Amino acid sequence: MAVDSVAAARPYVAAPRRGPITRVLEHEPWFAFFLLLPTAVLLGLFIAYPFIKGVLLAVTDAKVGVPGNFVGLQNFAVLMNDSIFRIAVWNTILYTAVTTVFKLALGLWLALLLNRHFRAKALTRAFVLLPFIIPTVLSTFAWKWMFDPTFSVINWTLFHLGIIRTRINWLGDPGLALISVMIVNVWRGVPFYAISLLAGLQTISPELAEAAAIDGARPWQRFRYITWPLLLPVTMVVVLFSVIQTFADFQLVYVLTGGGPANATQLFATYAYQIGVGTGLLGEGAAISLAMFPVLLVVVVVQLLYIRRVETH
Amino acid sequence: MIEGARWRRWVFFNLPLALFVLGLLFPFYWMMVTTVRPDAELYRPWMAPNYTPFWTLHPTLDHIRYLLDETLFSRWMLNTFFISVAATAISLFCGLLAGYALSRLKFPFAGSLGTGIFITYLVPQTLLFIPLADIIRNFRLGDTPWALILTYPTFLIPFCTWLLMGYFKAIPRELEECARIDGATRWQAMVYIVFPVAVPGILSAGIFAFTLSWNEFIYALVFLSSPEQKTVSVGITSELVRGDVFYWGSLMAGALLGSVPVALIYSFFVEYYVAGITGSVKG
Repeated sequence: MAVDSVAAARPYVAAPRRGPITRVLEHEPWFAFFLLLPTAVLLGLFIAYPFIKGVLLAVTDAKVGVPGNFVGLQNFAVLMNDSIFRIAVWNTILYTAVTTVFKLALGLWLALLLNRHFRAKALTRAFVLLPFIIPTVLSTFAWKWMFDPTFSVINWTLFHLGIIRTRINWLGDPGLALISVMIVNVWRGVPFYAISLLAGLQTISPELAEAAAIDGARPWQRFRYITWPLLLPVTMVVVLFSVIQTFADFQLVYVLTGGGPANATQLFATYAYQIGVGTGLLGEGAAISLAMFPVLLVVVVVQLLYIRRVETH
Repeated sequence: MIEGARWRRWVFFNLPLALFVLGLLFPFYWMMVTTVRPDAELYRPWMAPNYTPFWTLHPTLDHIRYLLDETLFSRWMLNTFFISVAATAISLFCGLLAGYALSRLKFPFAGSLGTGIFITYLVPQTLLFIPLADIIRNFRLGDTPWALILTYPTFLIPFCTWLLMGYFKAIPRELEECARIDGATRWQAMVYIVFPVAVPGILSAGIFAFTLSWNEFIYALVFLSSPEQKTVSVGITSELVRGDVFYWGSLMAGALLGSVPVALIYSFFVEYYVAGITGSVKG
C-alpha cells in the first residue's frame, strides 16, 4: 500500500529508456520510410520492374526460351499492319464504350430504386451485389451454359415469349458474339455502379428535392437539376475506374469465346494472351499489352486532375 | 416516398426492381438447377417438348460426386483459400503501415508517393502478365503458390492503402497526441491507439482483398501449370473443359461450390463491404 502511494506520488519526469531503433523511429521522415518500405519493395519488384521489363521485351523478338534481339519498334510496326490487332483495338473501344453507357444508365436506375424506402431493402441490396462478388470466371460459365445454342434457356424463354422464331447461336455467330459478351459484362458491372451511386445518392439531402417539389418541380426536373449535378463527382470516379477495368478485361471473353469466332470478340488482353502465351511470341505479346498503356494513362491523368480539382474546391 | 396512384408505384418501382433482381440473380439459380440435374434431363434440346428449364424432376448429386471424387476440386479450393488468406494478410500489413504513413506523417514527397500508389492501383494485371511471367520464372517461383501470394498484393496493397487512409484521416489527432504525452513512442501510438480505432476499415479492406484474390484469374492461369497447384477458377477451366467437351453438370457444381466461400464471407460482412465501396468511391 505504502509503496504504491509513493510510486503514484512521484511526478513523471523522464521518458522510458529507449534503444537506438526507437530513437530512429521517433524521427518522422525515417518512421515514414520504414512504414512504406514493405509496400515499396513489393510494388517495385512486381509492378515497376515488370513494367520496365515489358517495355524492354516489346522492342525485342523474344520467344519462349529464346532471349531475342533488339529490333526497335518493329513489333509495333507489325501490329499497325496486323488486321487482327486492328479488330482487337476496335472491339476493345466498342466493348468499353457500349458497356459503360449501359452500366451507368442501368446502375443509376437501380441506385434510384434502391434509394427509396421499402421492406427488405437491406436484403435486396445484399442480393443485388452478388454478381459483383462471385468470381467472374465461375459466373461467366453459367452464362456460357445459358447461351448454349442447343440447350439455351434464353432461347427457350425468348421463343415462348414470341420474340424469336428460330434458334440463336449467341456465341457462335460473329455478328452476335460481341453483343453477348457485352451483355455479360453489363450484368456483372451494374451492381458495382448501383452500390457506388447509391452511396453518392445517400449523401444528398432529401430536403433539397422536397423543397423543389413544393416549388412545383416534376420528378424528372428534380433529377435533372438537383440530383444529377450533385451526383456527378461520384459518377466520374466510378466511370473512370470502370473504364480502366473494362478496357483491360480478359476473364469474360476468355471463358465465353476465347476471342472467336473469327476474332469477332478479340480484345487487347485476349490477343496479347494468344500471341504472348499461346504462340509464345513474348516480344510481340508484350507490345500488344503495352499498346493499352497510352489509353489507360489518359484515363488515369483525367481522373487525377479531376480529383485534385474537386479537392481544391 | 412515391406520390400518386397505386399503379404508379407498380409501374415505376415494384416492376423495375423485380426485373432487376430477377435478371441479376437468374444465372445463380441456373447454376443451382444445373448442378442437381441428371444428364438425361440436362442434354435435352430447348425445342424438345419435355424441356423443363426452371426445375428438375429427378435431382441428383452425381455431378457433385464426380467433382469431388474424379477431379482435384478440393485441392483447388484449399489452394485458393491459402493463397487468398496469405495475400490478404500481406496486403493488410503493408496497407496499414503505408496508409498510416501517408495520412499521418509529414515527410518529403508524401504527396507524390500517395499518387504513385494510386496509379499502380489502376495498372491492370493484363498489362503486366507477360513480363511478370518471365520474372516469376527467374525467381524460380513458377508453378508454386508463392507466385500468386507475392503478386496479388500488387493490386491489393494500393486498394487497402487508399481505403485505410480514409479511415485514418477520420481519427482525431488528439487521441494520438495524448498517448505521446503519456510517453508512448510513435510506433506504440500507432499500433495501440490508432489501429484499434480503424478496425472497421481493416475488416472491410480485408474482405475486399480476400474476394479480389479469390476472383483473380489471369496471373493464376499464366503462372501455374500443374493440376495440383491450380486455383478454383483455373482448375475448373482447364480440367472440366476438354477440347470441345464441357462437363456442364460438374462445371456448374464447381462454379457453385467455388462461389460459396466468398458468398459466405460476404453475407456475414455485407455492411462492411458496402461501407468499403462507399468509402473508396467518396475518398
